[in-house]
Amino acid sequence: MSLIIQGLTVDHGAIRAVNDVSFTVEKGKLTAVIGANGAGKSTLLRALSGLNSATAGTAEWSNHNLLHGKPEAHVRKGVSHVSEGKSVVAELTVEENLDLGALWRRNRREATESKNQAIELFPRLGERLSQRADTLSGGERQMLAIGRALMSKPELLLLDEPSLGLAPLVIEQIFQTIRGIVDSMGLTVVLVEQNAMGALKIADTAVVLNLGRVAATGTAADLIADPAVRAAYLGY
Amino acid sequence: MIQFINTILIGLTSGAIYSLMAMAIVLVWRSTRVINFAQAGLALASAYIGYQVVQSVSNYWVALIVAMFAGAALSALIEIAFMRLLLKHTSSGPIASVAPIIATLGLLGIIKAGIAMIWGGQDVVVKPPLSNTGFSIGTHTLVFSPMKLAIVISVATLVLVFSLIFQRTNIGLALRASAFAPEIARLAGVRVDLVRTLGWALSGAAGAVAGLLLTSNGNGSFSPESMEFSLLLISGFIAAVIGGLESLVGAVIGALVLGLVTSFVLMYISGSLFFIAPFVVLLLVLFLRPQGIIGVKAGRRA
Repeated sequence: MSLIIQGLTVDHGAIRAVNDVSFTVEKGKLTAVIGANGAGKSTLLRALSGLNSATAGTAEWSNHNLLHGKPEAHVRKGVSHVSEGKSVVAELTVEENLDLGALWRRNRREATESKNQAIELFPRLGERLSQRADTLSGGERQMLAIGRALMSKPELLLLDEPSLGLAPLVIEQIFQTIRGIVDSMGLTVVLVEQNAMGALKIADTAVVLNLGRVAATGTAADLIADPAVRAAYLGY
Repeated sequence: MIQFINTILIGLTSGAIYSLMAMAIVLVWRSTRVINFAQAGLALASAYIGYQVVQSVSNYWVALIVAMFAGAALSALIEIAFMRLLLKHTSSGPIASVAPIIATLGLLGIIKAGIAMIWGGQDVVVKPPLSNTGFSIGTHTLVFSPMKLAIVISVATLVLVFSLIFQRTNIGLALRASAFAPEIARLAGVRVDLVRTLGWALSGAAGAVAGLLLTSNGNGSFSPESMEFSLLLISGFIAAVIGGLESLVGAVIGALVLGLVTSFVLMYISGSLFFIAPFVVLLLVLFLRPQGIIGVKAGRRA
């Protein structure tokens, strides 16, 4: 069971945002997708979760065609997407945001278990359950967004720029938590990041996107060592 | 003193009826970003369905409940069969923001014509179930009657049920999340399209009850051309705007304020100003607090 993407192409009107992208993510691995602003990273992720429709190509996750169906159907097949910019509902409380991720689940006992797990993972959320989400700090909101995604009991987690707008110390903490989720829960994660170095440090493998095309792929360690990648994306 | 009490009680009664219409408008606005002018037609159609039920079972309260469910079903049907297609085909371009609203105006005409075809154009009467003769305090007789009391109680009950649904149930959580942030709700697994239809159904239910109670606040007679239903729509819309258009609580507060203001204008200033008072209130609110009484300043357009 792995995520297999072949020849994925996504258009935004006249602009080809993702162009013939292919890569594979093994189950239980963390793959970073890095690249400059406008490289097509978010569009790629939005196509995988059903938010954007693809022009061509295939994307399969454990025999599910990810390019077909709505996001709410994807969630039911174990694919959760945390969209860019702290995807929480500002007007709802922390607890309501968490509950939102499990509304569709029939087994309420398991849903409660997931909530306890999420609170265990992010104790700060547990202290703020009845607060509105817009009173949280940026880091806490990102934790809540990830917590909400975990409430859907995902097997494949798609994370879009969790580090965006956060302080370095908080970024470090979020990245460590993401690595922890992969290691302890056996989740498969696709992590889209502009913070290339931070993402590569915790990733198993990585894909470099440039203007919608795959510029390089390999293990995270190899890419960190690659002089071309270092020069273009890591800044030294 | 008696006149003052009368003024307040009349204001609260009409405000209560407006508040259902205001809630109906807010519910549709929150789920689809459309001001639904067909709401007046739905309320009218529901009142006619209530009339039909009274004819066969001669129980007003049964009729009110049947009308409520019929209003919900009609409204849901409009969303599924009409609005979905419309919004799909007018999703971009200069026409996108106005086309659906104009379309609801057309729908209003169609519903009225349909009613006239089924029930004819002449007045029908649903006799109010309770007396419209006012209560007495000593030698004074109030304008406030058992029927008006029943109207206020019915509205308060429905508002309470709605707020429990919204604040305490999973369906309510899905409704709120879909209204504030549809994309995030989708990503969390909420079937937003279904929830949207549900929002329309709740709106239709509120509008239906408003329609039948409106007729009972008068002598019970109405026709497809009844002025009262257009006024109900306008009052409900103005109340919804006063309340910030996003909030059910705001809609109820806006409606009560509007009911009281028009009642005071009617009783203390001049009956001829009755029709313009709501618009003056609307303009004042738009000038002084454009976000509505409890609206959020520069709120997010989610």
